[in-house]
This record gives sequence, C-alpha cells and structure tokens, in this order.
Amino acid sequence: MYFWDHLEDYSERTAVIDENGRSYSYRELIDAADIFAFATVPRSIVFLQCENSFASIAAYVGFLRRRTVPVLLNDSLPQDRFEELVSIYRPKYICCRKDFYGGGEKSAELEGYHLLRTSYEQSPCDHSLAVMITTSGSTGSAKFVMQSYENIQYNTDSIVSYLGIINDDCAITTLPMSYTYGLSIIQTHLSAGACIIATEQTLMQRQFWLLAKEHKATTFGGVPYTYEILKKIRFGQMELPSLRYLTQAGGRLSKELVLEYYEICRNKGIRFIVMYGQTEATARMSYLPWEALPEKAGSIGIAVPGGEFSLEAADGSIITEPDTVGELVYRGGNVTLGYACSADDFANGDSHGGVLYTGDMAKTDADGYYYLVGRKKRFLKIYGNRVNLDETENLLKSEGYECACGGKDDLLYVYLVGADETLEKEVIGYLSGRLSINFAAFRVVPVPEIPRNTSGKVLYSVLEEQYGKS
Amino acid sequence: MNNIEKYNKVFMESLGVTEEQLAGLEYTGVDSWDSVGHMNLIACLEEAFDIMMETDDIIDFSSYEKGKEILAEKYDVAF
Repeated sequence: MYFWDHLEDYSERTAVIDENGRSYSYRELIDAADIFAFATVPRSIVFLQCENSFASIAAYVGFLRRRTVPVLLNDSLPQDRFEELVSIYRPKYICCRKDFYGGGEKSAELEGYHLLRTSYEQSPCDHSLAVMITTSGSTGSAKFVMQSYENIQYNTDSIVSYLGIINDDCAITTLPMSYTYGLSIIQTHLSAGACIIATEQTLMQRQFWLLAKEHKATTFGGVPYTYEILKKIRFGQMELPSLRYLTQAGGRLSKELVLEYYEICRNKGIRFIVMYGQTEATARMSYLPWEALPEKAGSIGIAVPGGEFSLEAADGSIITEPDTVGELVYRGGNVTLGYACSADDFANGDSHGGVLYTGDMAKTDADGYYYLVGRKKRFLKIYGNRVNLDETENLLKSEGYECACGGKDDLLYVYLVGADETLEKEVIGYLSGRLSINFAAFRVVPVPEIPRNTSGKVLYSVLEEQYGKS
Repeated sequence: MNNIEKYNKVFMESLGVTEEQLAGLEYTGVDSWDSVGHMNLIACLEEAFDIMMETDDIIDFSSYEKGKEILAEKYDVAF
C-alpha cells in the first residue's frame, strides 16, 4: 500500500500552505494532482521542474498516483542545460513553470505551471521505477538515481516512525524539492496527513519567518550550511513556540555545532535530530536519537528502522571490532534501483540488490553508534550538494584548463596551471554556473604544474600539502 | 576610502558584481546573491564597518538601497 494512493483518507485536512498564506486541503491537492496526472500516460517519462510551491507538489503527487515517472529538476537549472537533458532523456512530457519553457503541445495547466507534450515517443520503463533524482542537489551531473515505489514507501515509513511525525505537524520548506532530503520532508508529511508550508523564501528573508510563525511550523530541516546561517541570525534568540524539532543532514555538521544546537534546542524544549543519507538510499540511512546527545555528538547515529549497517575492510571482510575503520555498507528496502545515464537505462531493473556501498569510511563505538571518518571516493559536500572532484576536474579539462581539484566540504580548490586573475574569474564563473553553486565555494590556487607520480597519476596529497591550507 | 566606496566594494567583492549592477540590486536578483551570498555579504559588511548586525536587520537587508538605509539608520554609517 502506497501513501500517495490513500491521500483521500485526509481529505479535509490541510496539505499545503503556499507562501501567500493560501491553504489547500488534501482534497484540493488530489484534484490539482489529477489535472496533471490524467494529461499523461502511465509509465511515461516527465521532466518536472521542481520548486517549493503548491503546483509543483501537486504535479509530483499526481505523477506518483498515475505511475508516470517524473525526473526531478532544480528550478535554478539554466535553460540550455535543461534542453541538453531533454535531448539526452527524451521525456514524453515536460511539466514546468510557464515562463520557463514553452516547447511542445500544452495539455494541462495550473497556477503558473503547465504540462507539455514533447515530440518524443515513450521509452520502455521498468514497472518498479517511480522517480529519478540527481545525486547532487543541484545540476552538476546528467546522471540520475532511479528510485522505486517500494523505496519511497519503505523510507517514508521508516522516517515517519523514528521522527515521530504526526498529522498535527507542519513542516516549512528550506531545501529544494528536487533534492532528496527536501523531497523526503514533503513525502513524510503527506504520508502522515500533516501540512507543508511551501515557500521559495529563504531563512535570510523576513517573509520566511513570518510564514513559520503565522502558520505554526513545527519543524524544518537543514544542511550544515543552513545551521551556519541560523547561527549568524541568532536562531537561539528567536521565538518560535510552535517548533517541535529540527533535522540536519546533507553533510557532516561539526561536533562543536552539534553541541551548540543541542544546547539551543534543549533551551527551547525542542529536539535536534542529526541524520545521514544518500540519494542512492532514497533519503535516509541513519539518525542520531535526541536522547543520545550530548554524549554521542559527532556520530551519525544508528541505522533507520528496517535498515542495517556493516563495515567492510579493504579485503572484503566484515569488521566487528569498535574503533576500526571500514567502508560503510547499508542494507535495506530503501536502497534504490541504480543509475540512469540515458533513456535506455529506464528499463533496467534493480542493480543494487538492496545493498549500498556508501563510499564513506566509518567506525563504531562500543555502543554501536556510527562515526564517519572519511571518504573512499573523491567528492565534497558543498552546501549540502555532492560534488564529485574527478567529474569537476574533467569538466574543466574539457574546457581546456590544465588543473586538478581538491579541497574540503564547502570549499573546492582548483589547482590551476598558469592561473592569473582573468583565468581565475573565468574558472570560478564557469563552475558556479555549471554546478549552480554560489561562487564563494570555489577557490583557484595557481600552481606551476600538476604533480604526478611516474605512472601519471595526480598526486593530490602533494597539492594539498603545498597549497591546500587555508 | 569613504563609506560609500567601502560599501560598494564589499558588494562587488562578496557578490561578484560590477559597479554598474549595484543600483537597484535585490536579494536573489543575481545568482550570487542567494542565502550563501547573503551570509558572506553581511559578514564582510560587519567587518568593513566594524559593526554587529541584528537579526532583524540581516533579514530585512533585501536590496542594495535598503542595506544603505539600514546601515545609516541603525549603525551610524554616514553615506
């Protein structure tokens, strides 16, 4: 049984409040969802431009109910990039803001959104495939994670249970809907018959806080950067009596900040829940129970209900001793089907078999709490987005730059040969536009050459040692 | 450097915009002025003018002009 098929159960309850303060019942959400849903054919692909609005949520719900497969795209995606993806994935439909894209035949519209029929025919599509999401919250890659209906329901049930989401809850959006964490907040609240305040306003805008106050938000989520912002605007001193709990995911929050938020939240009488997940696991894999703080600060906690962690040594053996580092492996019904790199992949069924090698290196303590200590793959988390360093490097190389990429979370270094001020501006502008990430996240470091070993492999450790300290 | 020059310089550097773009510039009006850009902008202004801005002023700081008004009225920065 899937929650999206049973939203009628909540019919008169409030499902969505938009940023103008207008509220929509579940009945109205279903009616709006139907407008989009019945303009499509089941098992076809639709590009959905996501934003935190009633129309966008309604379209998503409609596609789930109709078994049409949405590809979720961030609304900050530039139009040329959008069109590039259209040509790769050949969607039968495009559902987007009217002012964004108008190619194709209009077959439905609602509140600024319209559904367009493209000239593409339907690609064959696996029966279990529900939705496709990029691994980075933004737009870096043309690779999508394929999530099944089972994945969504399984992870939603698990999250609703460990967070204790009830139908009186009201979440205000702080993350893009196309981002797996943002989407999971929407899904869990709909599943519980709770309410979503859908807004594109950010924490840095007065209107956001007015909405949260007026409509009595009980929760919101944030990536590490969100919690930096909240600190800056002195969240600790704000009065929001309706808040029940906050969640954090999308990258590692420093132990110091976890402890700081533990204190702030304790003073407010609310909970602060640190979580860990990946798009490849639908959304969440672990959470740190509030009761485990402050003792376990810095830990990603324990596996979500129904899931299971293990640690694997380099030789494939299972690590059972505490404080021994290995690759974190997750098993559970929320491990997604696999990746799509083109329209031909939609028909691929499950390639993960319920097992996910996370690429994160971790250890446990004696009580079985997990701690991340590093990464096996070369990627960074930037403002909650996963940015693959090798892919970024290749992007730059294909533009003709001689470079190597490194850095730390929220700060990507481009070691650039022959860098001067003009080149620096050019590279930063290019990356910022291409990855849809604020330019402050990039730093160009001029280097005379890229150090390599005898077999030609880039010596990232040398670069980091010589130039990577900030 | 007088205050308006200082103010403009912080804007140009922390948001990566040109002097011509400043008049009428609003929050989210350019890609770089998102919440990340806003936080950097505020931090740089605080440093440049040696002030500590209140929450209300940070979240009301919605444009180039509004910011000038806030700094002048609340933080005694004379433009």
